[in-house]
Amino acid sequence: MVRQASKSSLLFSGSDWDFKTLSRAYDAIEAIAVEELHLDTYPVQMEIISSQQMLDAYSSVGMPLMYRHWSFGKHFLYQDLLYRKGGRGLAYELVINSNPCIVYLMEENTMALQALVTAHAALGHNHFFKNNQLFKQWTDAGAILGYLDFAKGYIVRCEERHGLTAVEAVLDSAHALMAQGVFRYHRPPKLSSERQREGLRERLEYEEHSYNDLWRTLPPSQQRANDKGQNPERKKSLNLPEENLLYFLEKNSLVLEPWQREIIRIVRVIAQYFYPQRQTQVMNEGCATFVHYTLMNTLFDRGQISEGAMLEILRNHSNVVFQPAFDDPRFSGINPYALGLDMMQDIQRISTEPTAEDRDWFPDIAGRGNWREVLLDAWADHRDESFIRQYLSPTLIRKWRFFVLGDAADQPHCQVASIHNERGYDKIRAALAHSYDVGANRPDIQVVDVDLLGDRHLRLQHKVNDGVLLEDASRDATLRHIRRLWGYEVSLAAVDAETDATIHERSTSQIAE
Amino acid sequence: MPIFIDRRLNPKDKSLGNRQRFLRRAREELKRSISDQIRTGSIADVDAEHAVPMPERGTGEPSFNNAWNSGRRQHILPGNRHFSPGDLIPKPGQGGGAGSPGNTASEDDFRFVLSREEVLDLFFEDLELPDMVKLNLKEILAFKPRRAGFAATGSPTNINVGRTMRNSHGRRIALRRPKQAELDAILQEIATLEVVPSSAAARQRIAALREELDRLERRRRRIAYVDPVDIRFNRFDPRPVPNVNAVMFCLMDVSGSMGEREKDLAKRFFVLLHLFLKRRYDRIEIVFIRHTHLAQEVDEETFFYNTQSGGTVVSTALEEMHRIIEERYPAREWNIYAAQASDGDNFAGDSERCIALLNGKLMRLCQYFAYVEIIDEREAHIFGTTENGTSLWRAYCEIDLRWPNFQMSRIATPADIYPVFRQLFGRQPAPLKRA
Repeated sequence: MVRQASKSSLLFSGSDWDFKTLSRAYDAIEAIAVEELHLDTYPVQMEIISSQQMLDAYSSVGMPLMYRHWSFGKHFLYQDLLYRKGGRGLAYELVINSNPCIVYLMEENTMALQALVTAHAALGHNHFFKNNQLFKQWTDAGAILGYLDFAKGYIVRCEERHGLTAVEAVLDSAHALMAQGVFRYHRPPKLSSERQREGLRERLEYEEHSYNDLWRTLPPSQQRANDKGQNPERKKSLNLPEENLLYFLEKNSLVLEPWQREIIRIVRVIAQYFYPQRQTQVMNEGCATFVHYTLMNTLFDRGQISEGAMLEILRNHSNVVFQPAFDDPRFSGINPYALGLDMMQDIQRISTEPTAEDRDWFPDIAGRGNWREVLLDAWADHRDESFIRQYLSPTLIRKWRFFVLGDAADQPHCQVASIHNERGYDKIRAALAHSYDVGANRPDIQVVDVDLLGDRHLRLQHKVNDGVLLEDASRDATLRHIRRLWGYEVSLAAVDAETDATIHERSTSQIAE
Repeated sequence: MPIFIDRRLNPKDKSLGNRQRFLRRAREELKRSISDQIRTGSIADVDAEHAVPMPERGTGEPSFNNAWNSGRRQHILPGNRHFSPGDLIPKPGQGGGAGSPGNTASEDDFRFVLSREEVLDLFFEDLELPDMVKLNLKEILAFKPRRAGFAATGSPTNINVGRTMRNSHGRRIALRRPKQAELDAILQEIATLEVVPSSAAARQRIAALREELDRLERRRRRIAYVDPVDIRFNRFDPRPVPNVNAVMFCLMDVSGSMGEREKDLAKRFFVLLHLFLKRRYDRIEIVFIRHTHLAQEVDEETFFYNTQSGGTVVSTALEEMHRIIEERYPAREWNIYAAQASDGDNFAGDSERCIALLNGKLMRLCQYFAYVEIIDEREAHIFGTTENGTSLWRAYCEIDLRWPNFQMSRIATPADIYPVFRQLFGRQPAPLKRA
């Protein structure tokens, strides 16, 4: 195909970049993004950093501001080693879910890469952060940087006042419980302390008004007597069972000082902030990749990028979406970029050129031609698990040649359960969706009971799904951390989710300090 | 339009604080690996970076994890070529099935590099050096700038005017920059033409001259008198401040009575002296002399790791040292340091000979002679600093009284080593003797 690209319409030429070119490229890309894909983004703040600074950001969980902790130093050493030995390249960009959306660009990138990264991060990720339901509900993009600033300063002040070791001990314990420090299903009780007191007063007043001595004379019901051992009232007053261990310890531990509670709260807030990201890897990367691929191609078709630059962009793009097969030595799991992009392009295909099979599977979108709206809705409403359950098509299952391997620990071999055939599509789709359900794949551990007025023995319960137990060594080490925060004995019972039978119980009194 | 912020010039090493915290936490274990490396490595290598394995204890980050060897799970994998439902695939080795993450290969299994500073910190901790001395030893050699030709870049204060003007002149000739004299000549001609009444030819000539003048002036403007490409700066090379050479003699008794612990202490003693000398002298040579009833110059490896059987005659080592000095290290050109480690045994009657040797020859030649007697920790309580002891100890006491540059001490733990050198480190850090 012959394209007439007059020199003047090119956004840039050559590989060097400067701020003027970056800005011009951003404006052009943004214009297309709004016009072609109807993206809606936070304002963007682009920061140019060096490789050293990128490594710094890596080791402090990707945030520009972070409190100090030895574990970040350890991760830095690891990343630094990998980078220096050439074992791993650095990301071209890093993007932070904040308002304004902060995008880090590496200074080593060529101009073509900077344009690619701008489309990927500054528009793709940015749109996803702003519009996805999970992020809207659970994170506060406008406040996160301010909060981290506060957290960093607070922890420094604590270190000055209480000593490094004391602060480190609390942080170590809190970090161990980070994965159990999120609300998965409900939001935390949001009553402000004043409203809470108001509510309590009203209820007491109501009880006084409606007091009737007659009720006292009723004999206790059979039901009530049975429940005595379970103490339902006690559990109710503590809001038990509670899945968020950090929240429970922060609110109810009897041995923590106020500053220690605040530190736990900081760790908990950060864990909660990252929780949506963990659930939307495929969607987030898929959205960004789909956006950069579409935008770059549009720019090229309009003659705003030269052929040389486009080749460089395509080369990087294909590196990013490379997916080796399971028996390839390079295989290390499913590449979220590849799966996300494929699914979104598949939606585009179903919407414009559906086959009979697609019409059968996706009657709502097949052939309607409105792929933009479908994608915008998907980006807004879904997480990985629901997105795959809803949109993974038989065509894609065949293309990827997915198969499901059943693996029982007591068997000497794995069994192929389903492959990409008529009987397997549904099962593969369900299994893949399930494997992206963070809530189902993390150990489900809850606080079930504690007698605050008695021996204060904290009882945790691990719901065992499909017989998957916890690793012994790390479980004991983590229990020790809980005991440190709780101050009294802690025990963890493994309970089978289906039969409710207790498999075994482990208590801190059995673990040597 | 987005906001741009250039962060490249922000302070680097944002994670330095985290690194320090991490090192502090893993201190004990790191100290052990550094001591191991010092024990097995050579004396001169202490003063460098060291790669150490990731400490295991104290740096774990536990959390509740699913055990890979329990329960039932499903793996969803891409790239099926020939499997059908129901096929059985044997699991590879122990642990999870195909595609499940590897057994225990974790992030924690790697080596990382400790800087020279950090290594010395860990090394000094055992030795209990005073802070002043530590700082001195960690300091890097002083450098002095020395003229080394010209450079195209530099600070304005270093401009070399002569060289710059020469370049400018050459460039002006090469590019034919019109000279002031040429312009003056044309102006002159115009002036002379303008005074006589105008004829058509004259007017034409004036116009042509004016055009020529204009052209030359434009050319002058375009070709600068001094252009940035002409400018040359004086270049300075940092050169280490020249110091004289030093030679360090390590003398050690290697008879059977010197065990692993004794040799380790002796090695630390030698390392400390070497660190001290390295900072003060450009070039240090180390001579290792081991002795039983015979003395012999050997390489470092043999010195520390080969045992030899035989009696103990200390004077042979001193004689060997004297021979080597005569042969290779004239005292006028070399600063001679000696460090001797022994468990105090000596052949009866030989101590007298040692006194004679030291008094008569060696102490005159040496800058400094340090002797340590390595004793058992239990003995340390008994002997203390009394003068009682082995015959060698008593003999050396005599020398100690007579020569100020002789130091002796009994050591039982690494912390005892520093006091031996106290006087040495207390001196001014200027070179002691010029060649």
